[in-house]
Amino acid sequence: MINKAGRNIPDEFLVNGVEAFQGQYYSHHKEYTKASPTVRAFVDPGQDKVVPSLQEVIKKSGLQDGMTVSFHHHFRDGDYIVNMVVETIAAMGIKDITICASSLGDAHDPIVKHIASGVITGISTSGIRGSIGEAVSKGLLKKVAFIRSHGGRVRAIETGDIHIDVAFIGAPTSDAYGNARGKGGKSDCGVLSYSMVDAKYADKVVVITDCLVDFPNFPPSIEQVDVDFVVVVDEIGNPKKIANAMLRFTEDPRELIIAEAAAQVLVHTPYFKDGFSFQTGGGGPSLAVTRFLRPYMEKQGIKMGFALGGITKPMLDLLNDGLIRTIVDAQDFDLPSIASVNSHPSHFEISISQYANPFNKGAFVNQLDFGILAALEIDTDFNVNVVTGSDDGILRGAPGGHVDIAAGAKCAILVAPLLRTRIPTICEKVTTITTPGESVDIVVTEVGIAINPKRQDLLEALQKVKLSLPLRTIEELKEEAYALAGVPEKIQFEDKVVALVEYRDGTIIDVVRKVK
Amino acid sequence: MKNRLRRTMMFLNAQKASLVKDAYVYKPDSIIFDLEDAVAQTQKDSARIALYNALKSIDYKGIELVVRINGLDTPHFKEDIRAAVAGGIHTVRVPKTETPEDVLAAEKEIEKAEKEFGVPIGQTLMMAAIETPLGVMKAYELAKSSERLMGISFGAGDYVRTMRTTRSAEGVELLGARTQVVIAARAAGIMCFDTVYLDVDNMEGFASEVRLIKQLGFDGKSIISPKQIPITHQIFAPTQAEIAKAEKTIRAIDEYAKDGIGVFTVEGQMIDIAMLEGAKRTIELAKASGIYEGDLS
Amino acid sequence: MLLKKNAIAGTLESSDVQITIEPSHEGIELFISSSVMNLYGKQIKATVLHTLERLGVESARVTVVDKGAVDCTIKARVECAVFRAAEIKENLPWGVRM
Repeated sequence: MINKAGRNIPDEFLVNGVEAFQGQYYSHHKEYTKASPTVRAFVDPGQDKVVPSLQEVIKKSGLQDGMTVSFHHHFRDGDYIVNMVVETIAAMGIKDITICASSLGDAHDPIVKHIASGVITGISTSGIRGSIGEAVSKGLLKKVAFIRSHGGRVRAIETGDIHIDVAFIGAPTSDAYGNARGKGGKSDCGVLSYSMVDAKYADKVVVITDCLVDFPNFPPSIEQVDVDFVVVVDEIGNPKKIANAMLRFTEDPRELIIAEAAAQVLVHTPYFKDGFSFQTGGGGPSLAVTRFLRPYMEKQGIKMGFALGGITKPMLDLLNDGLIRTIVDAQDFDLPSIASVNSHPSHFEISISQYANPFNKGAFVNQLDFGILAALEIDTDFNVNVVTGSDDGILRGAPGGHVDIAAGAKCAILVAPLLRTRIPTICEKVTTITTPGESVDIVVTEVGIAINPKRQDLLEALQKVKLSLPLRTIEELKEEAYALAGVPEKIQFEDKVVALVEYRDGTIIDVVRKVK
Repeated sequence: MKNRLRRTMMFLNAQKASLVKDAYVYKPDSIIFDLEDAVAQTQKDSARIALYNALKSIDYKGIELVVRINGLDTPHFKEDIRAAVAGGIHTVRVPKTETPEDVLAAEKEIEKAEKEFGVPIGQTLMMAAIETPLGVMKAYELAKSSERLMGISFGAGDYVRTMRTTRSAEGVELLGARTQVVIAARAAGIMCFDTVYLDVDNMEGFASEVRLIKQLGFDGKSIISPKQIPITHQIFAPTQAEIAKAEKTIRAIDEYAKDGIGVFTVEGQMIDIAMLEGAKRTIELAKASGIYEGDLS
Repeated sequence: MLLKKNAIAGTLESSDVQITIEPSHEGIELFISSSVMNLYGKQIKATVLHTLERLGVESARVTVVDKGAVDCTIKARVECAVFRAAEIKENLPWGVRM
């Protein structure tokens, strides 16, 4: 059937309660009973949780063919955990495993051979890139993959849509009883937000660390009461790729033009007042917005009530200069942020449920005033694609928190260049919808700013202001992109569906088909 | 158009496809497509053809389009001029001009090309780049040598070596040439532009230099990176006090003009109709900088 | 247009296209590879053929390695390669065949 975003969802997937996307707030007040894990009591104080090897711990966990394992992505491109565990699983002859990852990236290319061989037959993830993305797009994964937002993953776990048999939680430090933290080791990542739901809902929880510390490793991000086993390995990841020494503001003049205009737009909306809340990621243009925001805040005596992220040093600078009151943190990108979280009195670690889960009683995204987001493609209905390549339709991206932030924020601002080389960012119809147009309020490119016609209030507020870039319709932006690059052909796909793009509430917003 | 805002004139290597296709997003007042120093000897033809096609296809949104042709002592300049004029270039920048004959030699080719390609004769403007001591000495004659000249430009590149000195932060070694060029331009009634600043990472040093040359009287600066544009426009923007004074001047002159009066006093300040042009330029600059909030049109 | 030798124009940099032309007698043979083949493959082919036609090139082996160049860049590189192959250095037919 054609869903509310205008995409055709094959009926074969709309079974067992799965619905097609019906609108961003369709599931408001939906009632459900939470799923729960089958837990094994650890009563005998004389017993030990530490297991000498990955192979042993997998045996002890009772992992069998057809089960589901889970991972977080706090180690980003420096992660060794996924590859290590999958190699060991394969070597043990276990197969037909589903991976429930918060995200997968280029660092995980080595598991492609296990997809081809049938060790891994299912994937649920936000990010899906590199060889894994290609493999899935080419139809090599046996089962249809699930692309979920960060909030949507938590929802899926808590409702029982996905059941984790064994969670593997990489931790920079852990004590022998399983209290795990993102700090104090050789490859710190700051927080362990993505794996908090895994620890609470998986049947078996395995903490993998390269730095065993004294008991109790407090305050723990992952608690001993949820952990079955602890394994010590040589290296959980590459510290240089886990955390940047320091993320710098972009110097690219085009990105600066976009960021400056986005900041201008932001400060002229009615939501820019003392106590406003703000979210930004680690990417070039979105981070640069904070730099341009600062003078306005200083001049008008406006402080940020809270910042949500994705935290980097520029945000810490604002915190330390008294311009932000509180930072709530689900991911640290650089060493200063890692040092600051849980030690600065106003910088707090939160779980991904608290961050973006649509099915709890109110996540942080619902309290957001502004979200600055990127995009691979935006169409004339303001729908956004962040998951498939616009030039070849191959899975290569991640909804991440994009969908969640756009749904929750009062003003969702997309920043993107008009073209990337010859490829138009603004187009007629996006290849794949991850974020529906109704969630997107403003689009800022280096040639102009488009406001979603649904936001007449924002249009009126911004028409009165002299901005550094002109206000234009989204169609005009598309026309300008096509005038320079030419009108693109449509990418050809086969009929076979290789991945479902699940909206944060579990409905299906789009499908990804096999590339030709 | 001979008289227009030219605070920033951004050099662009005409051979670089990625830069040429949308340089307008950086909003310089002028773009100078370089066929000369930026382009390798073996790629002169390619850069020229790329320029022609860019001019024919891309909408540069009202930015002035300039070509820096190869020197008159090279085999390239005639074809450079043909390609540029055929493409519809606004202004031809002649490098290393030293005598009026240099300007006239280029002008001759421009006129030939205008005739060949059906461009109204005289439409293509010129600018002369002064880069040598002799050029500095002849600045006034150069500036007066052609009706097409909208301005002269000082280029410090090789100049400093020829002068047997080196470039310093304060630029005292360039003072003589800079002031000479400004004086010559003003005496001839045309515009003047200062040399490029090569250290694109040193924004403070760049800003200092822009403030200096603005104070010397230059109309604008040659730019080599989009990063240098916003700061130049900011420095050239008039202060609110200057804008207020300009508004007062224009309104008063308008008022008094009705009674045929050309010189008068307003709030103790003498105002004379000759000040109108300067006042109008201030308002124009203010508008272009995006800071004008008044209602003078 | 008489092509006398092999010639190459353009670069493999992003947003550019490298065109190699070899004289031949078998009409136009086109070999195109592009980083945006799915989106603009047809348009690249059309632009190259149209440019060759305007220049009066009836026969050539043309190899196109495209890195996302826009049409006017493709046209410029084809023209440059053709004139290099024809060893024509000046008095190009600006505005007439170009």
